[in-house]
Amino acid sequence: MKGYKRYFLKKVFWFVVTLVAAVILNFTLPRLMPSDPIATITRRVTEGMNNQNAVMQIYREYARKFGTDQPMWKQFFIYIGNLLRGDMGVSFQQYPRKVSDIVASSVVWTIALQLPAILVGWMVGNLLGALAAYIRKGFDKVLVPISLFVSGLPAFGLAVTLLVIFGITLKWLPISGGYSYDLLPSFSWKFIKSVIAHYQMPFWSVVLIAIGGQAIGMRSMSIYELNADYVKYSRFLGVKDRKVVGYVFRNAMLPQVTGLALSIGTMIGGALVAETIFSYPGLGSTIMSGITSADYPLISGVTLIITVMVLTMSFIIEMLYGVIDPRVKAAQSE
Amino acid sequence: MRNTLRQVSRSANFMIGFVTVMLILLMVGIYPLFNPGSPLDMIGLGTFFKPGTYISMYDAVETATAYTLRIDDAAAKRVAAKLPMADRESMKRWLIAYGIAEDAIHTDDLNDLLNLWNNTYDESARPAGLTSAFRKSVARIDAALEGLLEPLDVRVYTTSPETGETRETARIKDNQFINVSEVVNTRRLWLGTDNFGRDAFKELLAATGVSLKIGLIAGVIATALGLMLGLLSGFVGGIVDDIIMFFANLFTVIPGFVLLILISYSIGQEQRGATVVAAVIGCTSWVWTTRSVRAQTLSLRNRDHVNLSRLSGHTLPRILVTDILPYIASYVVMALILQICSGILAEAQLSMLGLGPKTTETPTLGLMMFWGMTYAAHQNGAWWAYFPVILMIALVSFSMNLMNTGLDQVFNPQLRS
Repeated sequence: MKGYKRYFLKKVFWFVVTLVAAVILNFTLPRLMPSDPIATITRRVTEGMNNQNAVMQIYREYARKFGTDQPMWKQFFIYIGNLLRGDMGVSFQQYPRKVSDIVASSVVWTIALQLPAILVGWMVGNLLGALAAYIRKGFDKVLVPISLFVSGLPAFGLAVTLLVIFGITLKWLPISGGYSYDLLPSFSWKFIKSVIAHYQMPFWSVVLIAIGGQAIGMRSMSIYELNADYVKYSRFLGVKDRKVVGYVFRNAMLPQVTGLALSIGTMIGGALVAETIFSYPGLGSTIMSGITSADYPLISGVTLIITVMVLTMSFIIEMLYGVIDPRVKAAQSE
Repeated sequence: MRNTLRQVSRSANFMIGFVTVMLILLMVGIYPLFNPGSPLDMIGLGTFFKPGTYISMYDAVETATAYTLRIDDAAAKRVAAKLPMADRESMKRWLIAYGIAEDAIHTDDLNDLLNLWNNTYDESARPAGLTSAFRKSVARIDAALEGLLEPLDVRVYTTSPETGETRETARIKDNQFINVSEVVNTRRLWLGTDNFGRDAFKELLAATGVSLKIGLIAGVIATALGLMLGLLSGFVGGIVDDIIMFFANLFTVIPGFVLLILISYSIGQEQRGATVVAAVIGCTSWVWTTRSVRAQTLSLRNRDHVNLSRLSGHTLPRILVTDILPYIASYVVMALILQICSGILAEAQLSMLGLGPKTTETPTLGLMMFWGMTYAAHQNGAWWAYFPVILMIALVSFSMNLMNTGLDQVFNPQLRS
């Protein structure tokens, strides 16, 4: 048990360290740059005003309100304090709505979309990859080029293609939003049906891309494993083929689990962009509207949430990995 | 070295990918020679012109010689172009309501349909079951039909700038043709124009060039950084290794995408050129290469030839370059190809969020996609504004992945079938 404990403690430590680093980066990066956000806001608010004194007054007022007249370290602690209270500031664009409210309402959509999509894509991809490695021949010849092609596609490219085929040409599925415009979120049957219909295309565009990437990785891993000595030895011993394949699958699977933990950030990034194609009410569309309207607090709130999401997900995966791979225990107690 | 190259050139996967990338590069390089001028010129006044050959109407009437050709179905084609299928269906519906048997009406045979129509249609008739709005729309179709089959000559009048006198300068009959090669001003727009009225094909090729450049810069920066840090951390070990690995661990979990968004946003629209975006992408994606290079260096650092080199008093850079690098060179090349590929994707994704390079300076694949989507090209049926872009990204990344698979099979014999 000692080995596991060390593994988990190490992972928890890293989780905390990366979280702190992410918060620091989220705070410092925008402030390091030469552009002055307060000047930008002032310019927007005072457009058309030509009284310099009044403009200066407004600038100072904003600087005081956002705390930019304080020294950097003080600002940082104010920022941390506010974060701990769940306060990420006020959105410029949707004033006076709080950033935390906007983020909270969109993060639900994103998680509900991406978590199942990535998991389904990962599982199906691994299955197909293992099959390709085992069967080889025809199946392999078809699957590999297709997977290569799909995994190379940007998620938004696949999203647009699906949208045009199923949404605009065939008119099978609604093309934008998370639910019908004429409905209000509620627990009615009609609303749920609408949500499910709107869910299809964003879901499949993420799933298909994930399948492509995972299938290729799993295929290579499985081929390595199939050539390993233990497989040959088991075959010599006359162990049943099915059982050998089971071992191979398990062993090839483990690197894929770590692979998922490491690539989840990239996957979520791609999927967020795909969200914007469908105007899906998730984080992707939120950050895009923040960028187009120069809504700085909103952007920083969303990036922070994305980071926390990715960190948490890879943390959970690594925790699971510790449980399913007994070698972790051995490695830690050395 | 030569042997490796020969092996690589025998790999079908690698060669297909390589040739595709080269062909794309060739097109990017050569096309501007045939069609000079900036790809950002807004030649079309309007958005999303359809693909096709554009012929100056003015020159066609003014300068080209007219030839008379006898083509039997010219009239029918002309009517067909002016009478869309929806209108024919309306006519059919009216005729059926009027009492004509359905199998006597052929919407495909235009002459037949028009004959039947001219013989039966009566504007004052009120067939049962048709709304008055529908009857009115049919009456409009009927009015438009008149004179279609026996067209009048088109007359061209010109006003003299001196006297202000207007007189007829040309009379064009329906069987007159011009030879397109005699018209001075024609423009072939293979992919029409985009929302700004730019030649989309020309822009696509220019954008592909810029995107490849962005990918290359980002890839080289990322690979160089990753290689350097990986070699150092793997070979030197100790505190250097600890520090480098601390940052590597940090940046594997903090998504590079978020860093990209934050940095790109902070740089601001004005400073964001293609090179800057490429550099930012490169600086946020070194982690993978560092990790793998470090792992491989670790396995090499205690080999005999390395120890011998160390005993001979060779300097650190020399050991790294002559004793370690050759062993991991194949891996570095593969990593570089992957980094180029993901650099192109990263630029496209950033641009899709509105954080790409400045639109007025350079076209990139991501920006073309971004503007196509912003102007709802997909909802206007303007496939030429976005689909070739997706296809191009897919083609580039597919052929690069194919090259990598080929290399993988050469360097890891286990993967060969």
